[in-house]
Amino acid sequence: MILTDEQVHALEKKAESIRETIIQMLVAAGSGHTAGSLGMADIVTAFYFHILNHDPKRPDWEERDRFVLSNGHICPVLYATLAHAGYFSKEECLTLRKFGSRLQGHPERMRLSGLETTSGPLGEGLSQAAGMAYAFHMDQLKDTTCPSSDDGHVVSFNHGRRVYCVMSDGEQEEGNTWEAAMFAGKNKLHNLTAVIDRNNIQIDGMTEDVMPLEPIVDKYRAFNWHVLEVNGNDIPAFIAAVDEAKAIYEKPTLIVAHTVPGKGVHDIEFDYRWHGKPPTAEEGKRFMKEIRTMSGKVPHEYA
Amino acid sequence: MLNRDAQLSAKIFADDIEQTPTRDGFGTGVVEAGRADSRVVVLCADLAESTRAEWFQKEFPDRFIELGVAEQNMAAVAAGMAAAGKIPFIASYAAFNPGRNYEQIRTTIVLNQMPVKICGMHAGVSVGPDGATHQMLEDIGMMRMLPGMTVIAPCDAEEARKAVITAATTDGPVYIRFGRAPTPVFTTGGTPFQIGKALTLFESESPQVAILSTGSLSYTALVAACALSEENIESIVLHIPTIKPLDIEAVLGVVRRAGRVVTVEEHQIAGGFGSAIAEFLAEQHPVPVRRLGIQDQFGQSGEPNELLEHYGLDALHIENAVRALFKMAY
Repeated sequence: MILTDEQVHALEKKAESIRETIIQMLVAAGSGHTAGSLGMADIVTAFYFHILNHDPKRPDWEERDRFVLSNGHICPVLYATLAHAGYFSKEECLTLRKFGSRLQGHPERMRLSGLETTSGPLGEGLSQAAGMAYAFHMDQLKDTTCPSSDDGHVVSFNHGRRVYCVMSDGEQEEGNTWEAAMFAGKNKLHNLTAVIDRNNIQIDGMTEDVMPLEPIVDKYRAFNWHVLEVNGNDIPAFIAAVDEAKAIYEKPTLIVAHTVPGKGVHDIEFDYRWHGKPPTAEEGKRFMKEIRTMSGKVPHEYA
Repeated sequence: MLNRDAQLSAKIFADDIEQTPTRDGFGTGVVEAGRADSRVVVLCADLAESTRAEWFQKEFPDRFIELGVAEQNMAAVAAGMAAAGKIPFIASYAAFNPGRNYEQIRTTIVLNQMPVKICGMHAGVSVGPDGATHQMLEDIGMMRMLPGMTVIAPCDAEEARKAVITAATTDGPVYIRFGRAPTPVFTTGGTPFQIGKALTLFESESPQVAILSTGSLSYTALVAACALSEENIESIVLHIPTIKPLDIEAVLGVVRRAGRVVTVEEHQIAGGFGSAIAEFLAEQHPVPVRRLGIQDQFGQSGEPNELLEHYGLDALHIENAVRALFKMAY
C-alpha cells in the first residue's frame, strides 16, 4: 500500500513528538538508553501508527499482531510510542525507572499491559517471537481441518495474526539469537518478521570492532530467511519492506534497518558513548530544541 | 508402620516390585495431559527417546516440537508459545534444562509468568555411567530460588505421572525433576498427590527422629525406617515431593513429634531440599538436623546403586545417620 504524502508527513510528525517524549523521560529518569531509543523512533512509530493490527483500548485482544521488543534497553521508545498511541497517559512516561512505576528500566510484561514480553537480557526475543509465530501457525493449520472448512476454505479467524520482533545489532553476538534463527528458518515461519536495528554501535564501541557481524545479510540468508535492507529512518521505505515481508510465504523475513543512533540530535548521532546514558536537564533542553528545529528539514525521498 | 492412607503398593517390599524410571512417568503423564487439553505441547532438544517425549510425539506429532540441541532456544520458544495460549512442557537433561538455560527460564518464563513446565531428566548421581557432566546435582537449588516457582521431585514413576498431569492444569511455571535409573514403583493410583502436600509413608507410635526425603530416595528412606524399627529406633518418614511451596504444616507436625530431623536427597546439600528444610526449621522450630545428600562434590561414572552407596545415599547410610541422631543427647 502506497502512503500518501499526508500520511507520511503525519507519521514523521508523530515520530518527532515521540522523540521529544523520549528526551523528556530520559532527563526525568536520570538514566537510560538514549541513542537506540532515538534511532528507532521512526520504526516504532511506523509499527504502532500504521503497521500493527492492535487496539490500545484492548491490549489483550486475541487477534492483535504481536510486537516483541528483544533489546529491552531501548524501552523508552516503546513506552513513549505506547503512550502516544493511547495505551496510557503521556504524563506517566515521566515515571520511567522510578520506584513504583509501571515503566521499569527494562520492560516487564506483568507490570504494564501493552507489552508482549519481558526483556532486557539480550538474544532471547527472537526465540519468543518464533514461539508465538509457531503457535499461531499451529492454530491456523488446526482451523483448516475443522468441520466448517471441509471445502478447504480457510476459515481461520486468526489468519492474519503476525509477529514482529525488533532486535539490536549487538545482540546478534548472542548464541541464542542463532538458535532462534535456525528454528524459524527450519519451520518457514512466514508470519514472523524480524527487524535488526543496524546502528553499528554497542556499549564497548562499534560492532565491527567489538565483534564483527558482517556479512549479516548473507548469514541470515544462509539460515533460510528472506532478507531486506532499508534505511530505518525512512518511514515509507520501512513500511514498504514490511509489506514485502507479508507477501513472502516460504520464509521468515528479516529487515536489516540501517538507523542512525541518536537520530534527530546532530551532536550525538553515531556516538556510541550515548548508548547507555541520558541527557542532563541542560542537554535535554538543547536536544528538544534541535528536534523541533530539524522538524520538516529531515530529507526523505517522498517529501 | 506404613501409613494406610497413602495406599502404597501391596508389593512394596516384595522382590518383584515393579522397577521403572521416573522419566517414564513423564512419558505417560504428558500423553494423558495432552489428551485432556489440546493446548499441551511438548518441546524437546534432541533427546526424544531418553526423555520419553517420544511417547507424546507418537500420539500428537503436530504438537511435538523438535528444537535440536538448543536448550536456550527451547526455553524461550516455549515462553513465546505460552504467550500465544499453549501449555508447553520442555524436556531435556536437567544438566542443560535448567543447567544451560537458566537465564532464559528466569527472564522469559518466571519473571514473565508464563505457564511453561520445565522437565529436568537424568537428575542425580543415579544417572550412572555418563558421569559428572550429566549428573545434575544443583537443579533444585537453582529452581527453588526463583520467586513463584513450583519445584517437584516425584518419588516414583506413578507419582511422576500425577505430577505431570497436575502441572498441566496449574497456572504458572513448574519444575519437575526426573531420574534415569529404574526405581521401585511403590505408590499406586490411589496414593494422594497434590502440589504443596507432603505424604507420610511410615510412622512409629512415638517417633524420635523424622526422616524427611524427596525424590526416589524416599523409598530408600522407607526401607531404612523399617530396618530401624526392628531395633526399636522409632522414626517417621515424610515424603515431600513439592520442595516449593513447602508443606510447612506437615513438616512442623512431624518435627514437633520427633524432635530431630534427617533430610535425604539426591542433590547437593547446599541450596537443595535439605537446605530448604533447615532454613525453615532454623527460623520456625530449631531442632538438630542432619542433611544427607551430595556433600559439596561432583559425581562420577559407575552403576547407579554403587554411586548411591559411595555418596552415602543408600539405606545403610540413612540408618547410620538416624542412629547417630537418635543416640545424641540434647
